[in-house]
Amino acid sequence: MTTDGASPYQLRLFVAGNTIRSRRAIENLRALCAEHLPGQVSLEVVDIYQQPALAERHQIVAAPTLVKVRPVPTRRVVGDLSQPERVLRALDLLPAPSARGRDA
Amino acid sequence: MPPDVTAAATIPATLPKAPTGIDGFDDITLGGLPAGRPSLVCGAAGCGKTLFAMTFLVNGATRYGEPGVFMSFEERAEDLAANVSSLGFDLDGLAADGRLAIDHVHVERSEIEESGEYDLEGLFVRLGFAVDSIGAKRVVLDTIETLFSGFTDPTLLRAELRRLFGWIKERGLTAVITGERGEGQLTRQGLEEYVSDCVVLLDNRVTDQITTRRLRVVKYRGSAHGTNEYPFLIDGDGISVLPVTSSGLNRPASSEVVSSGVPGLDAMLRSGGLFRGSSILLSGVAGTGKTTIASHFADAACRRGERCLFFVFEESAQEICRNAVSVGLDLLRWVAAGSLRFEAARPSLYGLEMHLARMHRDLDRFQPDVVVVDPISAFRGPDTEVHATLLRMMDLLKSRGITGLFTSLRNDGALQEGGDQGLSSLMDAWIKLQDVEANGERNRTLYLIKARGMSHSNQVREYRITDAGVELIEPYVGPEGVLTGTARLSQAAREEAVMTRRRQEVERRRRDLARKREALERQMQEMRAALDAEEDEANLLLTQEDAHEAVLADDRTAVASLRGAAE
Repeated sequence: MTTDGASPYQLRLFVAGNTIRSRRAIENLRALCAEHLPGQVSLEVVDIYQQPALAERHQIVAAPTLVKVRPVPTRRVVGDLSQPERVLRALDLLPAPSARGRDA
Repeated sequence: MPPDVTAAATIPATLPKAPTGIDGFDDITLGGLPAGRPSLVCGAAGCGKTLFAMTFLVNGATRYGEPGVFMSFEERAEDLAANVSSLGFDLDGLAADGRLAIDHVHVERSEIEESGEYDLEGLFVRLGFAVDSIGAKRVVLDTIETLFSGFTDPTLLRAELRRLFGWIKERGLTAVITGERGEGQLTRQGLEEYVSDCVVLLDNRVTDQITTRRLRVVKYRGSAHGTNEYPFLIDGDGISVLPVTSSGLNRPASSEVVSSGVPGLDAMLRSGGLFRGSSILLSGVAGTGKTTIASHFADAACRRGERCLFFVFEESAQEICRNAVSVGLDLLRWVAAGSLRFEAARPSLYGLEMHLARMHRDLDRFQPDVVVVDPISAFRGPDTEVHATLLRMMDLLKSRGITGLFTSLRNDGALQEGGDQGLSSLMDAWIKLQDVEANGERNRTLYLIKARGMSHSNQVREYRITDAGVELIEPYVGPEGVLTGTARLSQAAREEAVMTRRRQEVERRRRDLARKREALERQMQEMRAALDAEEDEANLLLTQEDAHEAVLADDRTAVASLRGAAE
């Protein structure tokens, strides 16, 4: 995980406190990134309890919320990211059906 | 002011309330919304939910020192500010002062993917943050049901909303939650199940293409409240709810008398005018001068230094003033002086309730002593509704001791006395204007059908509308009945001729007698003169005779002496 602004993928994960759900979300995301986008992701984890102003600025309603800041278009995934396929689809990472077959 | 809840008003208000500052609403609810609790305001689209909520918030910030947070799920902050700026709400200014915070919660289904468990902690954090940043006491959530279109799990949303409302209560925030009207229930998602302290229903009904907004307090836990549907207005002055209901009949009665503005009419009433605070019906067909008499009435009130509110439904204020000039009334100066005010509106502009509501508000603002409604017959609608509206209008005036003059264009097709929307029995005085057609001309007459509490003339009087105003003419009452117009004039002329003839006859006889007396006296004088002449003659003769006698005696003496026959 790098914080390099030059990374092709910039993700921001908003969590509410250090709860099991928050930790699970972080773990799920890290695993997913490591598997599909090694070295390409700049991830920022925001605890909205610590920085409530950011919740408003980034239109956070649910927690946890993953925001794909880059590449555009901005997409959001809510939940603990326990369904990797949905996350990948939201991140426009889901390979074409043939590619998926290969991955599987 | 809300009469149907006055009894309840005596119950000590144990429940703390947060005033909304919305005209009338705080009266209905005996103080406002329940303080420190969420209230639900629901209604269909375009009912004024957002405006209601915003007014609650802005009034809280400006009048009651309670900062507020507006959490909008639909409109952006800029749009909200623009929408209410016409009402004089300066949201940006309030936000800059730290008295108001607006948070637009953008929820777009297409942008959100769900994966695994989540909660709405983000919303809680945002709300909590906004509340803490300005020390808010009031919160608006408009319209929180939008969340149901953004997230797929209704069960979770319901649980979260329940938690949210609980949290609001815990924090002691007075909240207004708006909800869209749903099928078979008050809101689409059944929010009323969670927000159970106070539920207000807004309604926008269209009948005969006329819209009437109504508000009803569906429930209010722990407090008495007005239970009726109350009409409310949204206009340039914001939202106002009008607790117009029948006010019962326990009002004070004034025995002060006010002039009708037409001296002849006043003279027909024993007390010289109409009771203050009474309701007067002025009915008559087109062209009988109802508005003219009403103008007199208004003018008289202004002359007394009172304030008059003139509701017109068929003419413009300018037209009334111009027409009044032709009868010598200068109403414009009263308008300029601020003692006379016209409120003109087409009857079809609003529904009956709305008209009533508008009048109610205008009465509150202008505080008139005298009100003219010209004409009540302009109100169209189901009979019962029109009747109820007018009844409440009258009650409204009476409860404030305002003298009301209602004109009515009586439909000539329905000549029965009970006409005029069955209002006659409600009116304290009823002046009827009539057209009398005879001899190829039309004359105006009026009479008093009733005048409660004072004896009055039963005479049908003719009146004319002259340059100097409405003028009652001395009635012709003779063997041929009551005559008007030229008939009255010609009858008067005929009588005058008869009178003249009789006078001339008497005069002639008097002259004859004088002449006869004169002739006789002359005759007597002549006779006396003749007698005098005769007497003179006689006297002369006697004198001559005496002289003659004396001469003869002298002669005899002389002769005797000559003869020497003296003794």
